[in-house]
Amino acid sequence: MTTAPMELFAGTPRNARDHRVEWLVRTLLGMMTALLIVPVVIVLALLVVRGGSAISWEFLTTPPVDGMTAGGILPALVGTVWLVAVALVASVPVGVAAAVYLSEYAPDNWLTRSINLAIINLAGVPSIVHALFGVGAFVLFFRFGTSILAASLTLAVMTLPVVIVSTRESLQAVPRAFREACWNMGATRWQTIRRIVLPNAVSGILTGIILEVSRTSGETAPIMFTGAAFFLPFLPQGVLDQTMAMSLHLFVIATQVPDAPDALPFGVALVLISMVLAMNALSIGFRIYVRGRKKW
Amino acid sequence: MAESTAAPRPAAIATRGLNLWYGDFQALFDVNLDVRQGIITSLIGPSGCGKSTLLRSCNRINERLGYVRTTGSIEILGQDIYAPEVELVQVRKQVGMVFQRPNPLPLSIRDNISFGHRLHARGQRVSRARREELVEDALRKVLLWDSVKDRLDDPAIELSLEEQQKLCIARLLPVKPAVLLMDEPCSALDPKGTEAVEELIWELRGEFTILIVTHNMAQARRASEETVFMLIGKVIEHGLTEDVFLNPQHRQTADYIEGRYG
Repeated sequence: MTTAPMELFAGTPRNARDHRVEWLVRTLLGMMTALLIVPVVIVLALLVVRGGSAISWEFLTTPPVDGMTAGGILPALVGTVWLVAVALVASVPVGVAAAVYLSEYAPDNWLTRSINLAIINLAGVPSIVHALFGVGAFVLFFRFGTSILAASLTLAVMTLPVVIVSTRESLQAVPRAFREACWNMGATRWQTIRRIVLPNAVSGILTGIILEVSRTSGETAPIMFTGAAFFLPFLPQGVLDQTMAMSLHLFVIATQVPDAPDALPFGVALVLISMVLAMNALSIGFRIYVRGRKKW
Repeated sequence: MAESTAAPRPAAIATRGLNLWYGDFQALFDVNLDVRQGIITSLIGPSGCGKSTLLRSCNRINERLGYVRTTGSIEILGQDIYAPEVELVQVRKQVGMVFQRPNPLPLSIRDNISFGHRLHARGQRVSRARREELVEDALRKVLLWDSVKDRLDDPAIELSLEEQQKLCIARLLPVKPAVLLMDEPCSALDPKGTEAVEELIWELRGEFTILIVTHNMAQARRASEETVFMLIGKVIEHGLTEDVFLNPQHRQTADYIEGRYG
């Protein structure tokens, strides 16, 4: 056997140029990614540095005092929990049911396609428009007044499309082969959905819902005309009460209370973002847990 | 095999003037086919010739695609399954199907087998012992019992492909179908698995009417009693397997079998 001449394997100028292009592309793409992360890091760092001093046990467990320049945020914290919980109770059953219908029952025709299109468009409606809809529909027409109920229903309408889309995606991630296997044993569609499709999609559905919670808790516009109050020294007692909310509270003390101490708005923002991040972390952790258990 | 022709058996599947369209595309043309009861019939032909479409029409699973239109009739055991008074769930109970890729449900081995039975025995009290018996019978029949009896609660997806495919056949049995449709049941398996599943199918003949789509000439030849050759949506030839392979009546059949196209 003779040895192949070295020229066969030696680099050419062409190779060198390719390497340079490769390096350039990789660096550019990497920088774009860094650009993406930098704002998040800066926001978090800023909040911790400037608002960290405002956080204390008292801050979380007492109402604001002295024209909201001191005291805590308890009514806003509790109010946000109320708003999100009631919104979930309203949007999840409707959204999941609609998604199951669209994914498992609806025939593929122009009507279904236009419904899907409408859902996507609904997701793009600005939140202030939802707010006006909420005032007209829930506050005035249904006479709920400005209340948690009206605000939560407005939030529910706004989040519905996202719940539907994420649920439908989880349902469609369940392999078609499972459904065919069931039908072939004489299972009806509902039996197939209940025994096979839903149990395998539930993790994805829950993940979507948790992400929804985190989004909903930060919304301001839809609640400011429908149920969130500027200042209330007491906690809401029922769904027909008005309430304070974290997002609106932040807006108010940042813009309407000039003599609030510097750390206060940052502290409120820090609590709000911690709630959102905790929810996201929960959702990610849940997804990892389920993926580890997945059998297909 | 020749004896089976001596006393002609009644048809388990009989299609009359069957046409089928996917939207504007016609996939089946005037198919008149009698699949005789209790034997294994293989369905061969080049890709896209309508074999799978025909198979999937026999338990009406094609219907899930909204744009499928069918004319003509398919009789299973003498009943037109497209008749308006026919209950789809009952058709599916009578006509089981095995797919190309094994598709065990994401459940335990035991639950895969008892799934169909549970569906249909709802409202009745079925004792645990009876259910265990059904599972054991089904698994024994597909020659799987000895290898899985100690791990019935393991997920079915952890079985080998060959075992999964056997499981997919086994889970049809508690529902007591008369006809088994198989769409290239061995194409995802290695040669050893193919042999084992083929052997199993051969064991099941007599008890079930089996219609099996295959791309594998050798498989059609050794594991079926009659063979149907299809080409572009039409049935070209149907006869005893040995006749079709040794003495085809049509040029196209001969060409296909000899591997000139397909």
